[in-house]
Amino acid sequence: MVDTIRIDAKGMHYTPLNKAIRAAVASGARKIELDHVMGQRFIADGLRGNVEIVINGVPGGDLGMFMSGPTCIVHGNCEHAPGNTMDSGTIVIHGNAGDAVAHSMRGGMIFVRDDIGYRGGIHMKQYKEKRPILVIGGSARAFLGEYMAGGLILILGRKGKFPDIDRGIGSGIHGGKIIIRGSVTDHNLGVGAKKNDLKEEERQEIAPLIEKFTGFFGLDPAPLLNDRYYVITPSSARPFASKYTWEV
Amino acid sequence: MCGIIGVIDRTRQCMDGTGIRAALSQMDERGSGEGAGYAVYGAFPDFKDYYAVHVFFDNLHETKPLVEEELSKWGIIEHQEAIPTYDQPNIRKVHFPWRFFFKPDSHLMPWSTTPADDIVTHLVMKINSSIPGALVYASGKNVAVFKASGWPEDVADFYRIQDYKGYLWLGHNRYPTNTPGWWGGAHPFNLLHWSVVHNGEITSYGTNRRYIESYGYRCSMYTDTEVVAYLFDLLIRRHGLSIETAVKALAPPFWDEIDQMPERDKEIMRAIRLTYGSALMNGPFAIVVANHDSMVGFTDRIKLRPLVSGELGNRLYISSEEAAIRTMEPDVGEIIMPKAGEPVIGRVRG
Repeated sequence: MVDTIRIDAKGMHYTPLNKAIRAAVASGARKIELDHVMGQRFIADGLRGNVEIVINGVPGGDLGMFMSGPTCIVHGNCEHAPGNTMDSGTIVIHGNAGDAVAHSMRGGMIFVRDDIGYRGGIHMKQYKEKRPILVIGGSARAFLGEYMAGGLILILGRKGKFPDIDRGIGSGIHGGKIIIRGSVTDHNLGVGAKKNDLKEEERQEIAPLIEKFTGFFGLDPAPLLNDRYYVITPSSARPFASKYTWEV
Repeated sequence: MCGIIGVIDRTRQCMDGTGIRAALSQMDERGSGEGAGYAVYGAFPDFKDYYAVHVFFDNLHETKPLVEEELSKWGIIEHQEAIPTYDQPNIRKVHFPWRFFFKPDSHLMPWSTTPADDIVTHLVMKINSSIPGALVYASGKNVAVFKASGWPEDVADFYRIQDYKGYLWLGHNRYPTNTPGWWGGAHPFNLLHWSVVHNGEITSYGTNRRYIESYGYRCSMYTDTEVVAYLFDLLIRRHGLSIETAVKALAPPFWDEIDQMPERDKEIMRAIRLTYGSALMNGPFAIVVANHDSMVGFTDRIKLRPLVSGELGNRLYISSEEAAIRTMEPDVGEIIMPKAGEPVIGRVRG
């Protein structure tokens, strides 16, 4: 059994690339390393199994969509929507990511070292043991957690000022939780979102995530563990009850 | 979904079309093979003082004499030629691309402060609205536009864009949604010095079109992007706005954001929104616009389409995807995502 398989993705379309990845997984590879990745979309989409995929380069949109189990480690930035509707597994991004990171994610974990674009965690959801987690080391742009229905988004704000300058945090949120280090102004809260201080049990909940994050990227967790955080949740059990249905 | 890319060299060092062809082909997934195109500034050094009037003719024998007649009323045709094309298996040559190098007689429009530009604009609108079978799709000085229905690499090879050099290139890969794909609907859209590539939809097209037509522009290309070129010409060339102010008019901050601005900014922004309410562009879009001296990229106010930029040395790149920029320039520095509605601008020096 071959333990590690390397694939040179230079100039390769995503279809043969994904076929090669699936063939490697089928042959029992535990680790697959992709070199010269440049914009290929849909890498590891729908992939199942216990395999680590190291991606050197810039993967295209929808990395790990519907993925169930594998770990993707990206040495580079990601384009739009890594972890789109991901089922389980882990994505670790040593860089930035584009818009709609973790779009509709339903399980597993995503760790981004730096910043993400607009609408991070849009429509994340959860059900029973499935609870997706998105951890961002830097900051996020506007409409973070838009229409969020479940799961957890943790923004560590390592660079400072973000995201207190962006609007629509948790716009349309009706489930799940967004936890943000630093300051959040009421003005930037989205419709249906409310802000509270971090409770002690929530601090205990995020501590292992922070340690996991700093472990991936070789950082010191200490300054992140005891700092001030805000928690964004839906403003009520059903903040939009009267929006779509008439109830007496 | 469409793919867009632009590059400007601030010292006017020229690049051939090889790099942008590779970058745009990298984004084939963003298109449908029904339209692609390129614009290049600095393409005609031998005729740089003449307006390069590009025309798609349905046939040459019937309509070309009519276009020549219109042009000759307002100036002289210094030179004209068929735009060289090279047959590609995936491109059906349904139009004959032609270019005239034209010099308008400025004395014929004495009431204008920019008579040459106004004569050419008048001719573009007149030919496009009154001569069936002729479509003027570019009209700037020293600017070449190459577009057709096809994939980016096929359109590039059809015109052999590697044979052209310029200091500013735009590229576009089209995925037509609201109107059919046709040669005139491919991007870039050009009027005079302005070239536009656009990903998204201008849902305010009806309002914008009525507004722009009240200033004498005529929309003839069955697609929303056309108004963007005309709006830039109106706001910047004719009204004298800066690029920054024009972008603020087209993609303004929300009223609640304006309310939080310092008093002076608030007053200016309110005036812009009230004056240019009908120029405001709604809907999802990412746009790159160029003229001879600059290139600007911006998105709609809530960022419904992707746009990133990067720099290396004297060159600024703007594109839908980072991978496209890296395909053209592997050593590009940090990739930046401009804020929604805020322009990223590259200007030539001096």
